[in-house]
Amino acid sequence: MSERIVNSCEVKWLDVLDEKGNIDESLMPPLSAGEIRKMYETLILARTFDQRALNLQREGRLGTYASILGQEASQVGSALAFDKADWIFPSFRESGVLITLGYPLPMIFQYWSGDERSLKAPADLNIFPISIPVGTHIPHAVGAGFAAKYKGDKIAAAAYFGDGGTSKGDFHEGFNIAGVFKVPVVFICQNNQWAISMPREKQTASKTIAQKAFAYGFEGVQVDGNDIFAVYKVTKDAVEKAKQGKGPTFIECFTYRVSHHTTADDATRYRQQEEVEAWKLKDPVLRLKLFMHKKGIWTEDYHKGVEEKAKAAIDDAVKKAEAVEPPDPRDMISFTYEKLTPRQMKEIRDF
Amino acid sequence: MPKMNMVQAINLALREELQRDKDVIILGEDVGLDGGVFRVTEGLLKQFGPERVVDTPLAESGIVGAAIGMAAYGLKPVAEIQFMGFIYPALDQIFSHAARIRSRSRGRYTCPLVVRTPYGAGIKPPELHSESAEALFCHMPGIKVVIPATPYTAKGLLISSIRDPDPVVFLEATRLYRLIKEEVPEGEYTLPLGRARVVREGNEMTVIAWGSMLHRVLQAVKAVDAEVIDLMTLRPFDEETILRSVKKTGRVVIVHEAPKTCGFGAEISATVAEEAMLYLKAPILRVTGYDAVMPLAKLEEHFMPTVERIQRAFEEVMKY
Repeated sequence: MSERIVNSCEVKWLDVLDEKGNIDESLMPPLSAGEIRKMYETLILARTFDQRALNLQREGRLGTYASILGQEASQVGSALAFDKADWIFPSFRESGVLITLGYPLPMIFQYWSGDERSLKAPADLNIFPISIPVGTHIPHAVGAGFAAKYKGDKIAAAAYFGDGGTSKGDFHEGFNIAGVFKVPVVFICQNNQWAISMPREKQTASKTIAQKAFAYGFEGVQVDGNDIFAVYKVTKDAVEKAKQGKGPTFIECFTYRVSHHTTADDATRYRQQEEVEAWKLKDPVLRLKLFMHKKGIWTEDYHKGVEEKAKAAIDDAVKKAEAVEPPDPRDMISFTYEKLTPRQMKEIRDF
Repeated sequence: MPKMNMVQAINLALREELQRDKDVIILGEDVGLDGGVFRVTEGLLKQFGPERVVDTPLAESGIVGAAIGMAAYGLKPVAEIQFMGFIYPALDQIFSHAARIRSRSRGRYTCPLVVRTPYGAGIKPPELHSESAEALFCHMPGIKVVIPATPYTAKGLLISSIRDPDPVVFLEATRLYRLIKEEVPEGEYTLPLGRARVVREGNEMTVIAWGSMLHRVLQAVKAVDAEVIDLMTLRPFDEETILRSVKKTGRVVIVHEAPKTCGFGAEISATVAEEAMLYLKAPILRVTGYDAVMPLAKLEEHFMPTVERIQRAFEEVMKY
């Protein structure tokens, strides 16, 4: 007879770049100056997009929009680790992921203006349409990864979701299946501390979100989600591991939703401004800038050029998005099935 | 030609499709080693291996959700949900995703998925093993709903469902699994989805049924000049065959096992009223399960339409 500990879990934390722009050389992923500049430029582009989307919404030119402010490093850093052949399953707060993966900017604006045509990803991108019901797309990534493994394709599938999503049944069912079949999938949780008005500590009694992977037999890593180098590094490792047939990884990006849940929300109803201000000091763009400045690859002129380029790209995208012909009302019927049903053939005559 | 029951016919359809197309895979609880709780997938694991006949964890939403990802990636998964009463956790996946992926992505991604599940009463199991919830799925655009009533049609319809480019919910009446045997050819034949079958021609009334109720109807019609339609596909359903028959007979009786309110009989009835009102000689009648929770074994015979209840409806419509 005995009473003993038969299992316990450990969760690895990683940060490489601190708030002052200092790095731990030993943990730094191999990145050229050009690659680091690309990170910075993508962060600026994502932030510029986000700010413009918020402005357009206020002007009545976009519908409800979910801001990514504060989460740019989690999104850009992770998305940079994927190849075009990989399959990505985004949630609704993923503008930075889509931008990094090369999703056409006008289409992202088009989506938030309420046009389904924007979810038809370009043929060279395996990006699934944005999933609105929280966490329910997690099993889809598992299935796609399973199928890729079955077909012998050396790709990874990835699901993006938030801390709220980890309370959903599909999170657990998807994780469980991924663990059992060692599916080549990377789960990326942006723990932005808030699911609308629910703070992280009320979402789950777990000390970390990452540790939930332990229960399903694979590794969960917690990473400073405002540190683009750390996020990139853990995602790159997880993608590599998936492609080598070593199964799934769960990444918890520890970050913060600086803005409201969406443009339809007012976060001042449920959270303290001091908390938001404290997180602003951890800004992901600022710390990369400080690092680059120290390395001599950031100057005011460079920054101005990056901002102007981003602004021009966004101006152009808005112009294109707003110039798109309105959708054909028949589309809402004709994409239900491959062929119209006899009843739909009658209905479509209304248009 | 070999005589088969419905279990054997469905098994043969799965076997032939697995053989024909490497993208077809089967997944579900106990579908492999155990061959499924009704033995529908018996022998398939041995023949095709664990990569294609996949025993999954006990997770209905996860099974269907994963199958959606597989289908979008290019496989043709056939997912089994052990009993229809256990499909409810997967409704979110079926309604929110399988039904919508083609539309949501404007055709970039599709969901050629089959969800097979046994339905209906008659095997004396515990609660939630006897549901007839087909109407839930019929309401949802993007889903097809198929319910075979015989071994022959089960095979042809299942093959069509597997090859269909859109998600199909395929309902198998547990009562019929081993009840009847008929000749089922080996080798390929398909029955088109969306087409009904006139099982018996007649002139005085049109009786519409599907799945297990078809057999009760066939018992009940012996003494009347009734045309009997086996609907086979409920969504999209074959309005043309129904209306042609109704215009001939002028009387309609619809029989289903599911409760009356918002049952699929309501849809058929409304369609007949809209399209063939002037041909009707009598009110359209429905003989259905009651607006009640499906009872356990001791009361299930009282719940389901009986031959007597069906015949009373025939007498009623013939008064006009």
